[in-house]
Amino acid sequence: MLTLLWLVPIPPLISFTLISLFTRRSRRLSHWVALAAAGLSWLGSMLLFAWAIGQQNLANDPLTTAINFLPTGDTWLQIGVLLDPLSALTLFFVAWTILMIFIYSIGYHNFGQPAGAHDLPGLPPHGVEVAGAHSREPSVEPLYSRFFAFISLFAFAMFALVVTDNLLVLYAAWEIMGLCSYLLIGFWYARPSARDAAVKAFLTTRVGDMFMLLGMVILYTITGTLNYREILANPGVLGSLATNISPVLGLSWAALIGLLIFAGTVGKSAQFPLHTWLPDAMEGPTPVSAMIHAATMVSAGVFLSARFFPLITAGWEQGHLLTTPMLVMAIIGAFTALFAALIALGQRDIKRVLAYSTISQLGYMVAALGIGAYTAAVFHLFTHAFFKALLFLGSGSVIHGMEHGKLATGDTADQQDMFSMGGLRGKMPLTFYTFLAGALSLAGFPLLTAGFWSKDEILSSAFNGNYLIIFITLALSAFITAFYSARQLTLTFLGQPRTPSAKHAHESRHVMTLPLAVLAFFAIVAGWFGVPEDFPVLGGVLPNFIGEFLGGAHAAETGHFNPIPLLVSIVASLGGLYLGWLVHRHQSAAAVDPLKRGLGVFFTAFEHKFWVDEFYRLALIRPATWLAEVAVPWIDLNILDGSLHAIGRFGSWLGSTFRRVLDIPVANGVPDGAASLTKWSGGKLRLTQTGRVQQYLVSSLMLVVLAGLIVMLVLNG
Amino acid sequence: MIPLSWYLLVAAALFCIGLFGVLARKNVIGILMGIELMLNAVNINLLAFWSYLYSEQVNGLVFAAIVFAAAAAETAVGLGLVLSAYRRRGTVIADELDTMKG
Repeated sequence: MLTLLWLVPIPPLISFTLISLFTRRSRRLSHWVALAAAGLSWLGSMLLFAWAIGQQNLANDPLTTAINFLPTGDTWLQIGVLLDPLSALTLFFVAWTILMIFIYSIGYHNFGQPAGAHDLPGLPPHGVEVAGAHSREPSVEPLYSRFFAFISLFAFAMFALVVTDNLLVLYAAWEIMGLCSYLLIGFWYARPSARDAAVKAFLTTRVGDMFMLLGMVILYTITGTLNYREILANPGVLGSLATNISPVLGLSWAALIGLLIFAGTVGKSAQFPLHTWLPDAMEGPTPVSAMIHAATMVSAGVFLSARFFPLITAGWEQGHLLTTPMLVMAIIGAFTALFAALIALGQRDIKRVLAYSTISQLGYMVAALGIGAYTAAVFHLFTHAFFKALLFLGSGSVIHGMEHGKLATGDTADQQDMFSMGGLRGKMPLTFYTFLAGALSLAGFPLLTAGFWSKDEILSSAFNGNYLIIFITLALSAFITAFYSARQLTLTFLGQPRTPSAKHAHESRHVMTLPLAVLAFFAIVAGWFGVPEDFPVLGGVLPNFIGEFLGGAHAAETGHFNPIPLLVSIVASLGGLYLGWLVHRHQSAAAVDPLKRGLGVFFTAFEHKFWVDEFYRLALIRPATWLAEVAVPWIDLNILDGSLHAIGRFGSWLGSTFRRVLDIPVANGVPDGAASLTKWSGGKLRLTQTGRVQQYLVSSLMLVVLAGLIVMLVLNG
Repeated sequence: MIPLSWYLLVAAALFCIGLFGVLARKNVIGILMGIELMLNAVNINLLAFWSYLYSEQVNGLVFAAIVFAAAAAETAVGLGLVLSAYRRRGTVIADELDTMKG
C-alpha cells in the first residue's frame, strides 16, 4: 500500500514527459498515453481508497512514510506520503473526475475529425468544409497532443498535492498547478482574451501564494518542520502555537499562520477579493474549466484549509468564540457565497454562470470550515467536485452541440450565450438528463441529490452552532443558487430554440456523454453516504460513511437534528428552482432578461460583477501600467542611466589622468630616453670604427705605451 | 764574449723596424713581413736570455721553437687571407680593405 501511495502521482508525470518528448506527433498515441496514465492513477487511488475505508482508526493512525530529502544542518528535511481520511476521500473524487475529464477531452477536441484548412495552433478550430455541401463540420484541435501533455502535468500536480505529507511538496505541487492553469487557460493563446485571462489567473493566485509562502516560512521557523503529522497531530506544538503571541496585531502564532495559509486558499479557491480570475479562466477549453473547477485547482485550495483545520482551530472549543482565522474564514466564505451567487444571476454565458456558482460553492466550504464544520466542508468538497465537473462537461457538450449547429447553418450566434439556446432538451437528451442531475445537485434538490445532503449539513452546522448571520447568508445564497440553476436549465434546455444554431444542435459523441453519465451517477449517489444518522426516516438506512470516516480525527460537530435548517434548505431549493423556471420559461431571443425589469439597477450590478474588475483595473492595474510606462522610464533615464554615465565619465577621467601623469612621463619616457641615449652614443662611437687595421694598431700601440708608462711610474715612482 | 746587451739592442732595433713596417706599410704583405720581424726580434731576445742565464736548461729552446711554429702558422694563415682578399677585392692595400668601418 505504501509503494502504491508513492506511485499514484507518477503515471501522469511520465505521460507528460512521454507526450511532450516523443509521441506528440501522433494524436492517437498521445491520448492513449494520457488515458493510460490517468487510468493507472485512478486504479491506484481506488485500491488505496478501498483499503482506507477498511481501516479502523485511520484518522489517528494514518498510512505514512518519509525519506530524507534535503540535509538541513545536522537534520534532514524529509518528504513523504500520507494517507488519512481526508486524502483518501480527495483521492477518490480527484481520480474519478480526472479520468472522466481525460476521456471527455478526446471528444471535446474532435479526435477523428479531419484538420481544418484554416485552423491555426493557438486558436480554437474553425471547422472543416464538407465535400459537396455548404455546411461545415467540427475539425480537430491543432495542438491536440499538447493539451494532453498539459492536463497530464496538471493531474500529476494534484495527485502529488493530495498524497504528500508536508507543506513543502504541497507548495511545489500547488505552484505546478498554477503553471498548468496558466498554460491551459491560455491554451488558445492567439486570442488576446485568453492570454489576458491566463496572465490574470497566474498573477491573482500568486498574490495568495505569496502570503501562503510567508505562513510556511513562519511555520518552519517556529516548529522546525513542515510535516503535517508533526504539527497538526501534535497537541503540544499546536498548544504552544496557540498561546504564544506573535508580533503582528497581537495575534497568536497559530492565528497568524492560519490566516496566511488561508490567504493561499483565497487565491487558489477564488474567494473574495481574489475571485476575479476564476470566471475569466473560462477562456480555456471546457475540459480545462472542469479540471480547474472540480478536480484540481479550487479543490486544492479548500483541501489545504481542511488540512490545516487543526491549526486554524487551535485553541478553539466547540461552542466557544471562534479563533481569528476561523472568524475571517466564516465571514469571507459566507460573503463570497452570497456575492458570487448574485453575480451568477446576471450572467448570460453558460460557463460564466457555472464559474460564479463554483466561487459561491467554495464560499460554502470555506464558511463551513470557518464555523468548525470540518466534516460538512469536506463532504461538500467531495460532492461539489462531482456535480461541478459534470456541469462543466455538460456545458461543454452543449457548446459543442451549438457549435455543430453553428457550423451547419453558418449562424453567427454566440454559442455560449444561454439566450441563443433553448429547446436543447430534445436535441441532446443525454446531455440534458445528466446536466439536469448536476444542476439539481447544485441547487440542492431535496433528498435525492448529493448537493442537498452536503449543503444541508453545512446549513445545519451553522444553525446548530448559533452562527445566525452565517446561516442566513448561506440560506439566502442557497435560494439564489437554486434560482440561477433553474434559470440556466430553463434557458438552455427548455422552451423553443431561439437561434438556427440551437435548432440544428445535435447530441455529442459517446466519448463525451459517457463521462457525463458516470459523473451524473456520482452527482446523485455521492450524497447518500453522508446522510446524518438522526435524520428522520432516511437516517441510518445507509450508514453515514463520510461522517464516520472523517469524524475520527475531529469531534462530531453536528448537534442534534433540528428541523429548521432542513426546512429552510428545502424551501430555498424548491422555491428557487420553481421561481427560476417561472421567470424564464417564456424567454424569447430578443427580449431582455425578465430579471432586469424586476431588479433594475441591482441586476446591472450583478451583470457587471459588482464592478470588481473595473475597480481593480482602476486601483491596481492602471497605477501599475502608469508606473511602468511613465515613472519607470523617467527613473531609468535619469537615475539609473545618469549614475551609470557618471561612473563611466569618472572612469574615463581616471584613465586620461593616469595617462598624463604616469604613462607618458614614466612608462614611455624611461625606455625612450634609454633608447635615444644608446643611439646618440652609438653615433659618436662609430667614428672610432674606421675599419682600417693600421689605425687600430696605432691606437693599441699608444695604449700599450701608456700602460707601460703608468706601470713604470707607479712601480718605480 | 759579446755582452748580452748587444743582442738586446739588435733585437730592439729589429722590433722597431718591424713595428714601423706594420704601422706604416700600405701593402698587407709588407705588414705581415713587419710582424715576422717583430716575432724574430722576440726570438733573439729569448735565445739571448737563455744562452746567458739558463743555458743548462732546455726550456728556452723549446719556447723559441714554439714561437717559430706560431710565426710560421700565422704567416701561412695571413698569406691565405691576403690571397683570398686579393681575389675578391682586387687589392692588397690595407687602407682600402675597410668594409668593417662603423
